[in-house]
Amino acid sequence: MNPVNYLYLAALLFTIGATGVLVRRNAIVVFMCIELMLNACNLSLIAFSRMHGNLDGQIIAFFTMVVAAAEVVVGLAIIVSLFRTRHSASVDDARLMKL
Amino acid sequence: MIALLIAAPLLGAAVLLCGGRRLDKAGHWIGTALAFVSFGLGAVLFAGLLGRGAEDRTLVQHLYSWVPVEGFQADVAFRLDQLSITFVLLITGVGSLIHVYSIGYMEHDERRRRFFGYLNLFLAAMLILVLADNYLLLYLGWEGVGLASYLLIGFWQHKPSAATAAKKAFLVNRVGDMGLSIAVMLMFTTFGTFAFTPVLDSVGAATSGAAAPVGEGTLTAIALMLLLAACGKSAQVPLQSWLGDAMEGPTPVSALIHAATMVTAGVYLIVRSGAIFDAAPDAQLVVTVVGAVTLIFGAIVGCAKDDIKKALAGSTMSQIGYMVLAAGLGPIGYAVAIMHLVTHGFFKAGLFLGAGSVMHGMNDEVDMRKYGGLRKYMPVTFVTFGLGYLAIIGFPGLSGFFSKDLIIEAAFAKGGVQGWILGTVTLVGAGITAYYMTRVMLMTFFGEERWRNLPAASPDAPDVEPAAGHGGVPHPHESPKVMTVPMIVLAFGSVFAGAFFGIGERFVHWLEPVTSFEHGHPPVSALTVTAATVTVMAIGVGLAWLHYGRRPVPVVAPRGSLLTRAARRDLYQDDFNHVVLVRGGEHLTRSLVYVDHTLVDGVVNGTAAGVGGLSSRMRRLQNGFARSYAVSMFGGTAVLVAATLLMRAV
Repeated sequence: MNPVNYLYLAALLFTIGATGVLVRRNAIVVFMCIELMLNACNLSLIAFSRMHGNLDGQIIAFFTMVVAAAEVVVGLAIIVSLFRTRHSASVDDARLMKL
Repeated sequence: MIALLIAAPLLGAAVLLCGGRRLDKAGHWIGTALAFVSFGLGAVLFAGLLGRGAEDRTLVQHLYSWVPVEGFQADVAFRLDQLSITFVLLITGVGSLIHVYSIGYMEHDERRRRFFGYLNLFLAAMLILVLADNYLLLYLGWEGVGLASYLLIGFWQHKPSAATAAKKAFLVNRVGDMGLSIAVMLMFTTFGTFAFTPVLDSVGAATSGAAAPVGEGTLTAIALMLLLAACGKSAQVPLQSWLGDAMEGPTPVSALIHAATMVTAGVYLIVRSGAIFDAAPDAQLVVTVVGAVTLIFGAIVGCAKDDIKKALAGSTMSQIGYMVLAAGLGPIGYAVAIMHLVTHGFFKAGLFLGAGSVMHGMNDEVDMRKYGGLRKYMPVTFVTFGLGYLAIIGFPGLSGFFSKDLIIEAAFAKGGVQGWILGTVTLVGAGITAYYMTRVMLMTFFGEERWRNLPAASPDAPDVEPAAGHGGVPHPHESPKVMTVPMIVLAFGSVFAGAFFGIGERFVHWLEPVTSFEHGHPPVSALTVTAATVTVMAIGVGLAWLHYGRRPVPVVAPRGSLLTRAARRDLYQDDFNHVVLVRGGEHLTRSLVYVDHTLVDGVVNGTAAGVGGLSSRMRRLQNGFARSYAVSMFGGTAVLVAATLLMRAV
């Protein structure tokens, strides 16, 4: 199968993720959309790795997964504590840092 | 020794000005004594010079290094030669007499001690000026003279007119000072030094082709700047306007400024820098023109003034014009100019002290129309003033006759059309001098006693000021001895100095090693010139007698002709200055203020307002919504990607 199709899929997944980040208010959903974007990137990295015939892209994808796992831990912890204090998981409610 | 000469009056100034009221009783004696000490030292030095050979009469005393910097050497060094000793004797001699006179004149002034301090300061500054061995030290004296004249002209500072006159003198002098400072800078860049000997020698060498040539343009520029400086100090056109107003000072100050110090400085500068002027014929021509114009200008102003001191001030301007003209003639004129300067020092000091004596007896009245017939009441003043008068108009045998006659001869000897023009101007000037001096003489000492029944300060004549002081009919009386003795001494000088200097060309030969002298060859014989001068003088006296001797003099000035009215207003010099310089300056500053407010402030305020407006708009982006930050992040990324792709494509 033509590896370019994976790139199309990756672009599609990235777009869905980005739109979700911009449009949804629920912090959990926004968080999942970010994961979706990360994985779209991973997919494109692996596709490129395949197309160019070296392993660099796959190695970077591993790193991304490790970093993403760490990020999930921190991010979920923030969301949980946010929910505990405000009884809401809406990102629009947490807007204290404004002028 | 030379330094002591300057130190004496300087010490006097320091002691009197710092001493405080303790010295009020003895201050005038200290000041006068130190002036005489200075004169005595000058006389001793003069005797010392006489004992030396003619070519060996230049003494240089190096006191200390003033500014010892690599490539810039300024020393405090004094130079005594025939030219400077002449000035030293004139300054300290006439200056000391004026000190003595001031003891009487300023007797009732409670600030007399301060007055003597200023007088001493004036003498010291003038001595530094004439004794300096380089132009930088000369400049120090030059500025010192300016300062002292400011202090003295404005001595009666409670009178607004005196304060204004002092400021005017100072400001006008400043224009001249700028010329001198530019000349000194030019000299330093051209020659790398400003000591007299190297500068003047290298100018001489350059013109004779022995050394690397200095452009004539540079020399002309230096010479013209020196001339500007001389114009400021010596009250020559176009910087002469301060001199008339300077009469606001006490009369001894006027005598000092006009006879011994200050106005002679410009002539000294030109004669001292003679080599530069010799190398720049264009500048020399300008010098003669300035002298000729001032000569006539001052004489015309002198004819119309009713204020005795202002009439004499016009006369000074005119006589200094003679000297400047002579100095512009080159080697045929330098020594003659100095000779006229010295004789003028005697008779003008005598005339001013006489005028002061008259004012002293007339309740400080200065309007000559309110004098008349004073010869009976002030015999000594009358005789001394009369001798000064005969000397200044050039009555044969008196000092002015010898020196002025020499100048007129030298002017004719310039040769060609220029010689004829300059000669005629000086001749006419001699006639006008005779006219206005006779007028002063007749109005003051002859005629009816107009002061007896004055219209007592009638309100319909606002320019007739009430007699200052005690008011009422004045009681003219002779001045005390302390005032008359200096006048008598000066009268002796006015009578005999000319003959002493002139016969056998003694004075000219004395100065010859410094100023270099050559005989001019007038197109007509010297005897003819003398005869013409005497004739013109007689015509002037006769005319004045017709106008002021035969007819009674009205107490209130008649309207007069157009020229008279113009001359009363100093030939509109002040109005010209006001319209061109003051008004022009005001316009310039106003437009600069406008530019400052609109353009400079506009840029500054505009920048501030722009930054402020922009940031208050940017502030709205900080709304706290995480998703809107995300939008800007995506937008930024999209722009970056698009830009990268575009760059690739290009």
